[in-house]
Amino acid sequence: MPRFAIEARPERSVWAPVQVAFLAVLLTIIGGSVLFLFYGVSPLRGLKAVFVEPLMTTYGIGEVLLKMAPLLVIAQGLAIAFRAQVWNIGAEGQLILGAIAASLLAIWFDGTSSPFLLPAMILAGMLAGMAWAGIAAFLRTHFNANEILVTFMLSSVALQLLYFLVTGPLRDPSGFNFPQSISFDSSAMFQILIPGTRANSSLFIGLFVTVVAILFVQRSLAGYKLSVGGVAPGAALYAGFSSKRAIWLALLISGGAAGLAGVGEIAGPLGMLQRNVSPGYGYAGIIVAVLGGLHPVGILFASALIALVYVGGDFALLSVGVPNAVTGIFQGMLLTFYLACAFLLTSRIRRVRPEAMAAGAPAE
Amino acid sequence: MPEAPPLLRLRGITKAYPTVLANDAVDLDVRPGEIHAVLGENGAGKSTLMKIIYGSVRPDRGTIEWSGKQVDIQSPAMARDIGIGMVFQHFSLFETLTAAENISLAVPGTINELSRRIREASDQFGLDVEPDARVQSMTVGERQRIEILRCILQEPKLIIMDEPTSVLPPQGIARLFETLKKLAAEGIGIIFISHKLEEIRALCHIATVMRGGRVVGVVDPRVEDTRSLTRLMIGREIAPPKHGKERGDGHAVMEVTGLNHTPDNPFATSLKDLHLTLRSGEILGIAGVSGNGQDALTRALAGEILTPADGGSTVMLEGKPIGCLGPDARRDLGIHFIPEERLGRGAVPTHTLAENTGLTTHHRGMVRWGFLNLSMRRKLASDTIETMDVRCGGTESTAQSLSGGNLQKFIVGRELVLGPKLLIAAQPTWGVDVGAAAAIRQRLIDLRDAGAALLLVSEELEELLEICDRIQVMFRGRLSPPVPVHSTDIDHVGLAMAGDFDALEISHKDATAKEHTFA
Repeated sequence: MPRFAIEARPERSVWAPVQVAFLAVLLTIIGGSVLFLFYGVSPLRGLKAVFVEPLMTTYGIGEVLLKMAPLLVIAQGLAIAFRAQVWNIGAEGQLILGAIAASLLAIWFDGTSSPFLLPAMILAGMLAGMAWAGIAAFLRTHFNANEILVTFMLSSVALQLLYFLVTGPLRDPSGFNFPQSISFDSSAMFQILIPGTRANSSLFIGLFVTVVAILFVQRSLAGYKLSVGGVAPGAALYAGFSSKRAIWLALLISGGAAGLAGVGEIAGPLGMLQRNVSPGYGYAGIIVAVLGGLHPVGILFASALIALVYVGGDFALLSVGVPNAVTGIFQGMLLTFYLACAFLLTSRIRRVRPEAMAAGAPAE
Repeated sequence: MPEAPPLLRLRGITKAYPTVLANDAVDLDVRPGEIHAVLGENGAGKSTLMKIIYGSVRPDRGTIEWSGKQVDIQSPAMARDIGIGMVFQHFSLFETLTAAENISLAVPGTINELSRRIREASDQFGLDVEPDARVQSMTVGERQRIEILRCILQEPKLIIMDEPTSVLPPQGIARLFETLKKLAAEGIGIIFISHKLEEIRALCHIATVMRGGRVVGVVDPRVEDTRSLTRLMIGREIAPPKHGKERGDGHAVMEVTGLNHTPDNPFATSLKDLHLTLRSGEILGIAGVSGNGQDALTRALAGEILTPADGGSTVMLEGKPIGCLGPDARRDLGIHFIPEERLGRGAVPTHTLAENTGLTTHHRGMVRWGFLNLSMRRKLASDTIETMDVRCGGTESTAQSLSGGNLQKFIVGRELVLGPKLLIAAQPTWGVDVGAAAAIRQRLIDLRDAGAALLLVSEELEELLEICDRIQVMFRGRLSPPVPVHSTDIDHVGLAMAGDFDALEISHKDATAKEHTFA
């Protein structure tokens, strides 16, 4: 009988995260097929609707790129925090604060054609996201409050703040009482990239952030210090790297990135501040970061995949009639299967040949 | 006892790992009542062989017979069931549990009952363990004592002891040996792994010597001498460390007066009014059983624990107070530190050697505009690997893939490259093979000869007496006054390690008196 042994990988493998991610995708496809069978939909038909059909039209591709932009930015920030073992799971709230801050500028300077409005909104959104995450950093470094709980609860607070603003102070006076702000001028909006789609130039911010993330993680002293503190706090203490500074830096970076994504939404597909600023990008960003192996390049691909699942869920609703909850289920399966296979990041499975056992008969 | 049938018989045990053949057709017989030494350098395959016997590693081929019957030991639980106990070199304890709770995972009984048994066994074998203390607050030495107790409380027929003496004071070793001899007299087989040849010669009936995964000899250690055993074990001779004639100027590099520190953790040892002076061209040894405050002392000197002057403690570097400077700032002033734990403190386990070089060297012209000069870091790592003869796959090997000795050589080399003015070394040769330990000691001596001041914390008295100039003994957070090494001996230092600082004074006075008489 063949035997399998799990053993530690002797060297750090670049390809292990890629293998694990592909394994997670494969298992998700199998799990998704079973789900489609329950719904009485042919698995091939269902999978085609989710994974292929969005890519067959220019509009579909545009939608994927549109959703990829915020996921990419958020996940790059989160990955840096996660590498430092700082668990910011409140990117959703930081995104909302970024959207609010940028909207304030857009509403205040309504009517201007200044080319500086959009850059100012980007900056304001980033700072607001940082400030929101900074609350968690302050509470963690001063009172040792768990940043998982604080960031998560602050997301709920951010949502209530948003509801208050769009139904009160920021409501469009001539908007028939709809809970939304005025529509922004074109000077407060990202340009459309591909005519006939909603994909806009905020995608370039995502790509720029990716390049910065690569440099930060692989080349910068600050990134190095963060990674040491994350995997070996004892070594960070020995080297003299401040753990408080690491917590602040990790939360500010991830919060700033999430705030940036919020700007992309209100200055992109929405064009106004409204109740539904984000379809859960802040949480999906966690999945993207993990699925991408916390590596900037891996995250680039993972964000495209999760964006595809977002759009594919809508397509599946239209073409095969399954509820678009399929999006959440597929995202959940990807994360679950990735985590289930994560032991393969540091270990590998080796087959022990049966003849090796048989050959070990007594020497006598 | 050649007529007794073997308790344990291994034949042709072979275990291959991806990069190394850890065991190559190993045979081993252990009889009841026999204390059987397994001798070899780190990486010779001893640990793998023991893990196979204990069921935590399965052999690729070969057979195991237990009391005459062939067995397939599938798990440590099964090993314990048939009566094999093990004290590991690398500890398998849960940090967040107390000593008694850890032991209760392997030994049946309520916590209260176990605490009582632990106290009894502690007294009987001289293994100080506080049953209610949490493991996370314990030093390496205390953790090992829990491991030993856990094994003894399971009343096994065969006990595997993987370097059990490395953290015991001389008196403790003597008591442990008595215990082991008593256990053996009751018919229990003991496999004793050590690289301390004197211990093996004093304790063991038979020694199986391993090198490179193979058995290279089965000898009677009582008739062999240390030289012949060493030659068998490493395949060549080890030269004693060479002391240079040139020394530093002897000026006080670091002066510590009235150092007090109360740790946050109630189970950790407080430092009480410590005084010491580190001089250029001199190695000061700190003897003592681990857990007596050495950890806090080294942290306070290296800057991991800050000691503001208002607490009455002063740490001065060449006349300047540095009590408020962190490790980074002190490193800039030439104070370097080799910590006790190699993995997780001296090096990041999952990082490559090149990345680990950056841990302490990143500020030496390696950073520009906040960005690291990666090629310079790699160069520094490969230089260290070369000068220290580190056996590894290159600068891109992860720290955890190296053997303890090789990683320690790397860490020592990394700090030496920076030209320390003052080097603090905590247990630099702990768990390191003979060859690497000799190389590390020689490096420390060379550094002393080059004029640096050194502080060496060690539990191996032979090591301290061999390379130190002066010795202070640490006991329960206090430091004895310094005595010159040439005017004391193992017995007096051993007494001081148990708290009798006067013994040290007396030995010093005796020695000075003798010198005067003969002069």
